[in-house]
Amino acid sequence: MSALVEAIDLRRHYAVHVGRGPFTAKATLRAVDGVSLRVERGRTLGLVGESGCGKSTTGKLVLGLIPSTSGTVRHDGTDMPAINTPAWRALRLRMQMVFQDPLGALDRRLPIGQQITEPLAIHGIATTVERRERARAVMEAVGLQMHQFGRYPHELSGGQRQRVVLARALITEPDFLVCDEPISALDVSIQAQVVNLLLDLQERLGIAYLFISHDLKVVRQVSHEVAVMYLGRIVEQGEAESLFAHPAHPYTRALVSAIPVPLSAQGPRRERLLLQGDPPNPVDVPRGCAFHTRCPFAIASCRVETPALRPKADGRLVACHRVDEPALQVAA
Amino acid sequence: MIDPLVEIKGLTVDFEQDGRRLRVVDGIDLAIAPGEAVGIVGESGSGKSVTWLAALGLLPGHARIGGSVRLEGLQLAGAPAGVLEGVRGKRIAMIFQDPSSCLNPVHRIGWQLIEALKLHRGLDSTRARNEALRLLDQVGIADARRRLNDYPHQLSGGLNQRVMIAMALAAEPDLLIADEPTTALDATIQAQILALLGSIRRDTGMALVLISHDLGVVAENVNRVAVMYAGRLVEEALSQDLFAVPRHPYTQGLLAALPELTGPRRRLAAIPGTVPEPGKVPAGCAFSPRCPLAEQRCGSEPPPSRRVGMLHRAVCHLQIEPGVSAWALPRAAE
Repeated sequence: MSALVEAIDLRRHYAVHVGRGPFTAKATLRAVDGVSLRVERGRTLGLVGESGCGKSTTGKLVLGLIPSTSGTVRHDGTDMPAINTPAWRALRLRMQMVFQDPLGALDRRLPIGQQITEPLAIHGIATTVERRERARAVMEAVGLQMHQFGRYPHELSGGQRQRVVLARALITEPDFLVCDEPISALDVSIQAQVVNLLLDLQERLGIAYLFISHDLKVVRQVSHEVAVMYLGRIVEQGEAESLFAHPAHPYTRALVSAIPVPLSAQGPRRERLLLQGDPPNPVDVPRGCAFHTRCPFAIASCRVETPALRPKADGRLVACHRVDEPALQVAA
Repeated sequence: MIDPLVEIKGLTVDFEQDGRRLRVVDGIDLAIAPGEAVGIVGESGSGKSVTWLAALGLLPGHARIGGSVRLEGLQLAGAPAGVLEGVRGKRIAMIFQDPSSCLNPVHRIGWQLIEALKLHRGLDSTRARNEALRLLDQVGIADARRRLNDYPHQLSGGLNQRVMIAMALAAEPDLLIADEPTTALDATIQAQILALLGSIRRDTGMALVLISHDLGVVAENVNRVAVMYAGRLVEEALSQDLFAVPRHPYTQGLLAALPELTGPRRRLAAIPGTVPEPGKVPAGCAFSPRCPLAEQRCGSEPPPSRRVGMLHRAVCHLQIEPGVSAWALPRAAE
C-alpha cells in the first residue's frame, strides 16, 4: 500500500559561520540529516525530540515550505513538484500546516472570518457567498460559532485562536496536516479540548497528521506511530504505545524517564535515566553516534561508527549499536 | 506544629486600570514551614506568580496589595523599601522561567555572581570569587573557573538556569521561590534542574516554593501542593493525597485532562469553557461556570474552605466524597 505522504532520505543543511570576529570558519549545520518517514491516510505519525533536533524543519520539508538539500517527498505516490510552481500550489491545498503560536500565526488586524476564508481566496476557489458557507462548516467542525466570524484574534481566548488556525487549515479540505506544537501554547485544561478536537476531526474526515511536539504524553495520546529525533536524525521509531512502554534507544529511555508524572499514574517504579550535560551544538555534531557524548552505555565503537536505523524483531526501528544486548542497565 | 517560615493571610492584589480595579489575587491563605517544599499549581492568569511577586513587593506601582505576608513575624505586605531590601535575595530568593532574560547580557557570569556575593554577604573580592566557584560547583557546572568568564549568551538555557540558581543561593536564603524554573527547558534538562533543586534543598534545608502549570513537575518534587484558580486557592493537600484523592472539581478536572504516559489510552476529559478574565470572575465560586455540579449558591456565595482530611483543604460548597469524581456524578438539576 502506498503511503499518503512519504519522505525518503531528506536532508537540509545550512552553511553557517562559526566563531566571532571578521574571520570566521565556514561550517555546515545539518538540521535534518537523512530522515525517512511515511504517513498513511487517516493515521498520525508523532515526531518528538528536544529543541533544535530538526523536527520542525522536517515538518516544513515535508510540505515543501523550504527546499531540501537532498531527498524526495512523495504525496500519494507522486513526487512533490518544485516549490512555487502551479502544481505545488495545487498540492498545497491538500497539505496544510498548523503552527504553535496561534496569535503569531494570525493577522491581528483582520477579522477571523476573513482569515479562515483566505486560503480559498488565494487559490481562487468558490464565490464569496460559497466561501462564507464553507467557513461556517469548518468553524462548526472546530467548535467556533458563526457570530465570531467578524471578531478579531485579540477578542478570542488562546484555545479559540488555535481553533481558528485549525479552521483555516481545514477549509481547503486537506488530507494531510502538519501540526507543529499545536497545543504547547495552551493551558492544560484547554489542551485536552484541542487534542480531542484533532482526534475527532481525524475520525470524521480521515485526515492524516504529522504531529510534532516535545510533549511525549500528548504525542502518545494522538499518534499511531512515533519517531524520535536527535540532532537531525531519527533514532527510534515504532508503534506509539509500545514505544513509550518499552523504549529501546538510550535517548528515548532518557526522554521517557524525564517526563514527570502525577503520583496516581505511577505504577511500578519507573526507570530513572538522568542524562549528563546538554545536547551538543548542531554545527559540531559528534562523530559516530551523535548521542554517545551523553549516553551512559556508550562504548568505543559508538564514537566511531554511526549506527543505522535498523528494524528489530518486533518491527521497531532503532539506531543503536548496543540495542540487542539483553540487559542494558545503567552501571551503578 | 512548628511556626511557619512564611505565613500569607488574606492576601489580595488589585491592578488599577482605567480607573477600574481588577482583582487578580483574591484572599490567599498559605503557610510555608521551614525547609518545606510546596508546589503552587494553576493555569495562566490564576495568580500563582503574582501572589509571590506581591509578597516580595515586586509588582509595579499600580498594584494594590491587601492582607498580610509575614516572614517569621516580619510584616512584608506594604513594608517600606528598606525592609524589603533586607529580605529580597537575602532571606527569600526567586528564580524565573527564562534565565537568559534575568542575567545581564553585557556582564560575565562571574562578575554577576560576585556582585551578588559582595552585596548579600559582604565578602571581599577574593573570598567572593572563591565562593562563586564553590556555588557554580554546587549547581553542577563543570569547569567552573572557565565558566566565570563566560557571558550568558555563551551558555545554554540549562546552564543559565544553573547560574541563576547559584545566584539565588549566594545569600543562603531560607526560602527559594522557583517560578516555572524549567518551562523554557527541554525535557532531559528539566529533569537535571529539578534533581538539582531537590539535592540543594536536602543539603541546605532551605524551603522551596515551586510554581508550575505542570502537575507532573509539582507531583514529583514537593511535599505539599496548593491549587489556584482565577486568583483563589481551591485546594491544598499533601502531594500524594492531592493526586490520589483530589476533592475539588477543578483539581479532579485538571487531572482527568492530562494524557498519561502508560496504561491504556482513553479520551481526555476536557474541562469545558475557559478561565474567567480578571474583573469577570463570578461573585461566588470562580469555577462555578465550568463546574459540572454547580448549584445556584455556587454562583453567588463564596464557597467555604473546608478541612477534608489531614492537611487537606478544599474550597467548595459541595462535599465531594473521597474517590468520587465530580465529573462522573449526575449533573445538578438545572
